[in-house]
Amino acid sequence: MDKKKLKNDILLIAALLVVAAAVWLAVTLTRTDGAYARVEADGEIVMTLPLDKDADVVIGEGERTNRLIIKDGAAYVTDASCPDHLCVRQGRASKSGETIVCLPNKFVVTIIGGEDGEIDMVLR
Amino acid sequence: MKSKKIATLGLITALAMILSYVEALVPLSIAVPGVKIGLPNIAVIYALYRLGVKEACAVSLVRVFLVSLLFGNAMSLAYSVAGAVLSLAVMIPLMKSGRFGVTGTSVAGGVMHNVGQILVAIILLETGALAYYLPVLCVSGVIAGVCVGVVSSLILKRTEKK
Repeated sequence: MDKKKLKNDILLIAALLVVAAAVWLAVTLTRTDGAYARVEADGEIVMTLPLDKDADVVIGEGERTNRLIIKDGAAYVTDASCPDHLCVRQGRASKSGETIVCLPNKFVVTIIGGEDGEIDMVLR
Repeated sequence: MKSKKIATLGLITALAMILSYVEALVPLSIAVPGVKIGLPNIAVIYALYRLGVKEACAVSLVRVFLVSLLFGNAMSLAYSVAGAVLSLAVMIPLMKSGRFGVTGTSVAGGVMHNVGQILVAIILLETGALAYYLPVLCVSGVIAGVCVGVVSSLILKRTEKK
């Protein structure tokens, strides 16, 4: 292979990795403990749950359901109707900005911070 | 000459579809949606370097459309089209510039494919927070792009006309 092309390829790859690292750093460093878990289904906010209170809810209806657990200040999904169960594998979310996503069910849990809280409704 | 070209394009498109199917058979167990190797890109890159820009676009878009029709739904079509279009939009200028090798082109294509899918997910799910996945998908796109690029350049080398 052409040496110059190889060098350019490596530069390109390095640049992409640097960008990825920079974005990751920016996201991680600006992250604080979240206060609420905002649950969205089909692009609409279904409920907002405080993280300091344990909860166990099933979101969705019919064949599109996700079971969301809140325990010890973290939110996670234990059961889902979707075929790939990626939302279950994504594990626990507790920091502001972290998400749990289930694409097949159009279900998103976003952790939002106490200070910047854009809260529409708090379910107690 | 013309019928030969039609036959070649059909063959490559079929190959790209089979590669999509093979990829779907072997799910990578990573907890981030959208991480995959991008095997069909091998066929697209072959078309891009051997046949031309128009042909590569045709192979890529026909493959995306047919695969979504056969195995997916309207949602998966939206994700795949965005990925395919963005990926082509980057790979074509890189190939034309002549400054990058097949691997560089493939890496850029792989990363842009992921970026396209995340953008559609952000729009469809109306959640900007998904941008948090970008670094992960960027790195996975680079790894996948290197694999696809190495395979593609081997294929291109071995099918060279003597």
